[in-house]
Amino acid sequence: MSRSPLVAEQFEELEQQHLADQFGMWIFLATEVMFFGGLFTCYTVYRFLSPEVFAHASHHLGLVLGGINTGVLLCSSLTMALALRSIQLGRRGATIWLLLATCIFGIAFLGIKGYEYHEKYVEHLIPGSRFHYDGPSPNRAQMFFWLYFAMTGLHGLHVLIGVCVLSTVAILVARRRIRQENYMAVEVAGLYWHFVDIVWVFLYPLLYLAGARG
Amino acid sequence: MIVPAKTYFKVWGALLVLLLITIGAAFLDLGPFNLPFALLIAFTKAALIVLIFMHIKGSNPLLHLAAGAGLLWLAIMLVLTMNDYLTRNNITWLPK
Amino acid sequence: MSKTESYLDESSLQSWLLTTDHKRIGLLYLFTILVFFFIAAVAALLMRLNLLSPHGWIVNADTYNKLFTLHGVLMVWFFLIPSIPAVLGNFVLPLMLGARDVAFPRLNLMSWYIFISGGLLALWALIHGGVDTGWTFYTPYSSTYSNTHVITMAMGVFIAGFSSIITGLNFIVTIHKLRAPGLTWTRLPLFVWSMYATSLILVLATPVLAITLGLISLERFWGVGVFDPRLGGDPVLFQHLFWFYSHPAVYIMILPGMGVISELIPCFSRKQIFGYKWVAASSLAIAILGFVVWGHHMFVASQSVYAGIVFSFLSFLVSVPSGIKVFNWTATLRKGSITFETPMLYALGFIGLFTVGGLTGLFLAALAADVHLTDTYFVIAHFHYIMVGGMVMGFMGGLHYWWPKISGRMYPEFAGKMAAIITYVGFNLAFFPQFILGFMGMPRRYHDYPPEFQWLNVLSTAGVSILGVGYLLPLLYFLWSTKWGERASANPWRATGLEWQAASPPPKHNFPVVPRVTKPPYTYQAEQDQFTPQSELAHV
Repeated sequence: MSRSPLVAEQFEELEQQHLADQFGMWIFLATEVMFFGGLFTCYTVYRFLSPEVFAHASHHLGLVLGGINTGVLLCSSLTMALALRSIQLGRRGATIWLLLATCIFGIAFLGIKGYEYHEKYVEHLIPGSRFHYDGPSPNRAQMFFWLYFAMTGLHGLHVLIGVCVLSTVAILVARRRIRQENYMAVEVAGLYWHFVDIVWVFLYPLLYLAGARG
Repeated sequence: MIVPAKTYFKVWGALLVLLLITIGAAFLDLGPFNLPFALLIAFTKAALIVLIFMHIKGSNPLLHLAAGAGLLWLAIMLVLTMNDYLTRNNITWLPK
Repeated sequence: MSKTESYLDESSLQSWLLTTDHKRIGLLYLFTILVFFFIAAVAALLMRLNLLSPHGWIVNADTYNKLFTLHGVLMVWFFLIPSIPAVLGNFVLPLMLGARDVAFPRLNLMSWYIFISGGLLALWALIHGGVDTGWTFYTPYSSTYSNTHVITMAMGVFIAGFSSIITGLNFIVTIHKLRAPGLTWTRLPLFVWSMYATSLILVLATPVLAITLGLISLERFWGVGVFDPRLGGDPVLFQHLFWFYSHPAVYIMILPGMGVISELIPCFSRKQIFGYKWVAASSLAIAILGFVVWGHHMFVASQSVYAGIVFSFLSFLVSVPSGIKVFNWTATLRKGSITFETPMLYALGFIGLFTVGGLTGLFLAALAADVHLTDTYFVIAHFHYIMVGGMVMGFMGGLHYWWPKISGRMYPEFAGKMAAIITYVGFNLAFFPQFILGFMGMPRRYHDYPPEFQWLNVLSTAGVSILGVGYLLPLLYFLWSTKWGERASANPWRATGLEWQAASPPPKHNFPVVPRVTKPPYTYQAEQDQFTPQSELAHV
C-alpha cells in the first residue's frame, strides 16, 4: 500500500486529512463566534436598554477612519484569498508576496486602531477614573466606550495573532516546507484571517454607526 | 477547489461598494431602521466572504454544518437572553 | 506468534511527557485529575466535619466560603469535566472506532499541558489564600468587592477551558473522519454517541465561559465594567452569560457517564440494547436542549417572570430524553442474563441514583417549588445525586470495565464489589439527608445552622466518611493490580466492541490491520451464551 509521506499516520489518505483539517478549523471558528458572541450579547443588552445614549456616544468615533480600516481588512481578505490560490497553483513567489501584503494590511489596521485609541485617550473617553463625557447619561456612555474598547481590543488581539501566524506561514512557504502538495496550512490560516475580517464587518456598524450621522 | 482570480476581484469590488453604501446610509436618517439596514449589509458582506473567500460554496457539507452551528448557537444566546430583558417591567435600577 | 509490544513498554520520562499516543495522554489526564480530586475531597471533608456542629467549630465563615469555592471549582473544572472525556474518551474512543489515534494527536498533548497550566494557576490562587466567591463567581461580589485572588482563579479556569475545547474539537473530527470501514453512524457504540454529544457542548459552550471569566477579570482589574451597577450595568447579565455555559456544562458532567452505562448494561445482561436509535438520539437531544434551559438557575434572581416560565417549560422538556435512556436501560435488563461484576454494580447504582437526581431536578424546574428550594441543601443533594451518584459511578464503572484494556491486568473482583457497595451505601447516607435538610429550609454555603438540623448533618458527615473509603479502595487495588493483578486476555468481558479486538494492553498503534466492521454493536445472545464482535480481525 503506497502512502504519501504527507499523510499523518492516523489518516489513510491525503483527502481525508485535508477535510479533517478544514473541518477542525471551522469548528474552531464556531468556538470563536461564541467567544465574541458573549461580548455581542452584552452590547445587545445595553444598546436595547439605552439606544439614544449609544447613538450619541457613537458619534465620538471617527466614521471615516473606521471606514478606512474596514476597507483595509477587506483588501487583506482579497490578498489572502489570492495567496491561497497562488499556492494551489504552485506559485511560491506570488504566495509569499500576497501573504506579506495581507500582513501589511493587518499591521496598517492595527496602526490606525492605535491612533484611534490615542485619540480617545486625549479626549478622556477611556473608561476609568479619567473618563469625562459631555452629554446625557455619562455612566451609560462609559458603558458604550467600555464595550468599544473590549470588543475592538479583543478583535485587535486576534488581528495581531493572525499577522504572526501568516508571517510564519510565509516563512514556511519560503523555506518550501509548505508547497503545492501540502498547501492546507495556508487554507486553514486563511479561514482564520477571513473570520477576523468578518468580526470587524459587524463591529463597524454596531460601534461606529450606532446612530445616524445626518 | 481553485477559484478564478476574477471571481475574487469581483467579490472584493462588491464588498467595497457595500461598504460605501453602509457609510452613505449612515448619513440618512432612517429612524429606527438605520441599524437594521447597516446590519443587513454586514450580513451580506459576511455571506460573500464566507461563500467565496472561505470556499463554503461548493465545499463538503460537513463544513457547512460547522459554520451554521456557530451562527445558530449565537442566535440562541442572543434570543433567550433578550427574552429576559424584553419582558422586564419596572427597571428601577436604570440610572437616568 | 510475534512478540506483542504494548503502548506501556517505553518507560522514559520523555516518552511520557512528549507522547502523542491517545492512550498515554488519557493516563496523563487520569493522574492529574486524581490530584485535584483529592484536594477537592479534603475540602469537602473539612466542610462536613465543620457541619457536625451547628456552631461552625472548625473553620470560620470566611474560610468556609473559601472551602466550598475550592471544592466546586476543582471538582467541576479540574475533575468532573475532564474525567470521562479526557481519560476514558481519549483512551477508548479511537479503539472503539478502529482508528490508530485521534485526528489531531499533537493538539491532544497540547490540551493536557494547557490543562495543567490552568490547574497550576488555580493551585497558586489556593495557596495564596483562596477565593470566596463560590464556584459561580457571581457579580458584583466577584468583580468588585471580594478581596481574594479572583483573577488568578478565573484565569486558571479560563486556561483549562481551552483544553476542554481542544478535546471536544478533536473528538468531533475523529468521530466524523476516522471511523473504520463499515462503521456507519448507526453501528456506532452508544459511548461514541455520548462522546459526540458531549463534544458539541464542550465546543459551543466553553467559549462563553471564557469570555465571561475574562470580563469579570477585566472589571476587577480596570475598576469598571459591564456588570458594574455604577455604570448602570446589570449583575444579572453575568448570570445569563455564566449559566449559558454552566448549564450545558452539567450535561458535560453526565452524558459521558450515560455513555458508559450504555456499554455496561448490554454487556452484563448479555442482551442487545433496547431502542438503540432512541438512546443515540436522546444523547443529542440532551446536548441541544441543554442549551436553552439556563434561566432555571435564575428564577429568583430578578429575571423576568415570563422568561422564567419559558425556561421552566424547556427544563421540563429536557428531562424527557434522560427518561428515555433510563427506560431503555431498564428494558434492556428485562429478560437479560444478568451477572453482577463490579462494572455492573456501578451501572445499576447509576440508574437508581441518577433517577433520583433527575426527578428532583423536576422539583427545581417548577417555578413555585424552586422559590422555596433554591439555594438550599435540596439543590446540593440534587446535583450530587447526578454528578456523584451518576457521573462518578459511571466513571468508576468505566474504569473497572476498561481497566484490563488499559493495564493488561484484572482488578481484584471481590475488592471491587466491596468498594462499589461501600460507595453506594456511603453516598446515600451522605446525600439523602440533604434533601430533607433543604426542604426543611437549611440554606447552602453556610458554615453554621439552626440546631434542629444537626442530626441530619451528622448522618450526612458519617456518609461522607464511608464514601471516602469507597473511593480509597479502588485507588489502592488498581495500583496493586498493576503488579500483582491477574493478566487479562484481549476480551475478558466477552464484549462486542472494536476495542476488545485489540490486545490488552494494546500496541502503540492499536490495530496491526485496520478492522472492517460488519455488525452493529451489542449483538449479545443470552440463550446460546454467544456474542458477535463488531468485526472479525485476523489475530496477531
